[in-house]
Amino acid sequence: MYAQMVKSTGQGVKSLDDMEPQERAFQERIDAGDKIEPKDWMPDGYRKTLIRQIGQHGHSEIVGQLPEGNWITRAPTLERKAILLAKVQDEAGHGLYLYCAAETLGVSRDELTEDLLSGKMKYSSIFNYPTLTWADMGAVGWLVDGAAIMNQVPLQRTSYGPYARAMVRICKEESFHQRQGYDIMMKMARGTPAQKRMAQDALNRFWYPSLMMFGPSDKDSVHSAQSMAWKIKMNTNDELRQKFVDQTVPQAEYLGLTVPDETLQWNEGKGGYDFAEPDWSEFFDVIKGNGPCNRERLAARNKAWDDGKWVRDGLLAHAEKRASKKVAAE
Amino acid sequence: MHDNATFEFLCRMGDNTLVLGHRVSEWCGVSPVLEEDIALANTALDLIGQTQMWLGLAGDIEGKGRSADDLAMLRDVWDFRNLLLVEQPNGDFGQTLMRQFLFDAWHVRMLQALTGSSDKRIAEIAAKAVKEASYHVERSGDTVIGLGDGTAESHGRMQAALDLLWPYVGEMFICDDVDEAMKSAGIAPDPNDLRAGFDSHVTQVMTDATLLIPEDDFAHKGGKNGHRHSEHLGHMLTQMQWLQRAYPGASW
Amino acid sequence: MSAPNSAYPDTPEAQPEKPKRHEWPLWEIFIRGQHGMSHRHVGSLHAADAEMAIKNARDVYTRRNEGVSIWAVQASHIAASSPSHKGPLYEPSESKVYRHPTFFDIPDEVGAM
Repeated sequence: MYAQMVKSTGQGVKSLDDMEPQERAFQERIDAGDKIEPKDWMPDGYRKTLIRQIGQHGHSEIVGQLPEGNWITRAPTLERKAILLAKVQDEAGHGLYLYCAAETLGVSRDELTEDLLSGKMKYSSIFNYPTLTWADMGAVGWLVDGAAIMNQVPLQRTSYGPYARAMVRICKEESFHQRQGYDIMMKMARGTPAQKRMAQDALNRFWYPSLMMFGPSDKDSVHSAQSMAWKIKMNTNDELRQKFVDQTVPQAEYLGLTVPDETLQWNEGKGGYDFAEPDWSEFFDVIKGNGPCNRERLAARNKAWDDGKWVRDGLLAHAEKRASKKVAAE
Repeated sequence: MHDNATFEFLCRMGDNTLVLGHRVSEWCGVSPVLEEDIALANTALDLIGQTQMWLGLAGDIEGKGRSADDLAMLRDVWDFRNLLLVEQPNGDFGQTLMRQFLFDAWHVRMLQALTGSSDKRIAEIAAKAVKEASYHVERSGDTVIGLGDGTAESHGRMQAALDLLWPYVGEMFICDDVDEAMKSAGIAPDPNDLRAGFDSHVTQVMTDATLLIPEDDFAHKGGKNGHRHSEHLGHMLTQMQWLQRAYPGASW
Repeated sequence: MSAPNSAYPDTPEAQPEKPKRHEWPLWEIFIRGQHGMSHRHVGSLHAADAEMAIKNARDVYTRRNEGVSIWAVQASHIAASSPSHKGPLYEPSESKVYRHPTFFDIPDEVGAM
């Protein structure tokens, strides 16, 4: 997902009886559906895992601006340009909300940013894939945002108050993203032969990377078990991936496009599709930095940050000058 | 003649917002701070929206069935009527914001005057756009002040931006045949009449920004009449118009 | 500038040994919507000063017509109650049920009240 493979304490989940009273009271509040707020006591592992997860989620929104930003200046109509720009703008907003949520845990935005830029913190693997044709704007909205929504909707109920509130706002804004993507796909799939070819090609390239967004199976992962006990992860990766496939396949059929998976088949018994796993070695390559665009994405963010330093410093210096003038006048 | 001149005038208004909106949108995802990213996108979105209205009306008045998109995507450089100022490259963030402020300070006055246009359709578009432009000029003005009166580095960059862009200011106030026709029909103001308000506004902001307005008032021209654009515009159009040119007749 | 976490002074800093960077301070944003309700907390953002905080809030938090009035408060200026006082602060009011209109049974014949 946007936060893939977040490591928790790695200790496995303690039973209530094994916990110290403070931790036990904390876990009982979570079990009862209480929200944890910034000033509340929390286990160190909870705080650290959340910083990693929210940070990674925020970084994904920020880096996620780039593949779509790649097409803003080439959008085919004024309306498409406005829609795409508004959508990428929302992603900046989502990154902002998430960074602010992480800041309540005692990390600053600049610290998070520097950890992204140095490669210490990760962002979703999906944004290391290139956007090559206009149909990719459709595929990204339809598949990538579709997969993201699968994860984000349950996270509105996550145990950490600021994170849950950020997710509520994000989900409210996100619903237009997937729809505008599908709208582009419909135009393309019903358009000229060249457009239809673009649409199929986009689906071919984005299908497996979208499935990878949910991360490898985590049914045996101690990290996931702990995160689920803390209610900062609400479903297993496999559950969400299955749900995504079940939702998306009929949408592809409606478009008259073919999902690039010859093994894809409805399984009456489980009430869902059987489908091929993505190539997980490719996934690990991308995570390690060897995706098609890792270098460009990080270079773009680093350049923006470095080039912007004089602006951030300049505006702050001005604000401080004004504040001290005001004090002097009083 | 009257309709021709109105068409020309509307293309000037629409091409300014089209070209500047495009330039501003180039910042998407790479601006100095998240809050600025979001604010710049809002400015670009306002400008694109205004483009749809101005060029839409231009197409109606021309009466050849051309839509706003047709005008934006299927004309070549010599048919564009935007000011040279707005087609200048973004440069650094300071140059972008300086260009924005100089344009906004003119734009808001032009739109204000157009709210009293004898052509009701133009007055209506201006009434909507002037609210957006008023916010733009406030924001770009504040940023120019903040960066001009910030650190030594930001001051130096802003002065360089002002020096670079000042020669493109004069074109905004040139009055040509199209402007004469608009003025006599009560459709649009004489551009000269906007100069005094512009000068006092800009002088105030530059004073607060501790920046010096260049004394040389030489003015490049050739954008608003399409006589001679800069080389930059053609490169912008190759990008902006590429899909429409490569796949003619497709619907997007 | 202010510590990033200053709205929540009880929360320990993640890396207290590191000197804090020179960042734009954090602001909490409150927006009043169209329908005459009170200002409501909508989120946070960074800005160099109050004027910029208001403008940033306009651009960040009113993109979908959410508001007609903005308050910005520097996060470090917010005084907040402490969670450990939750009991003493809020539970006493739980027993004062007579403060709620539904406590009183008024016969239907009396009409609207």
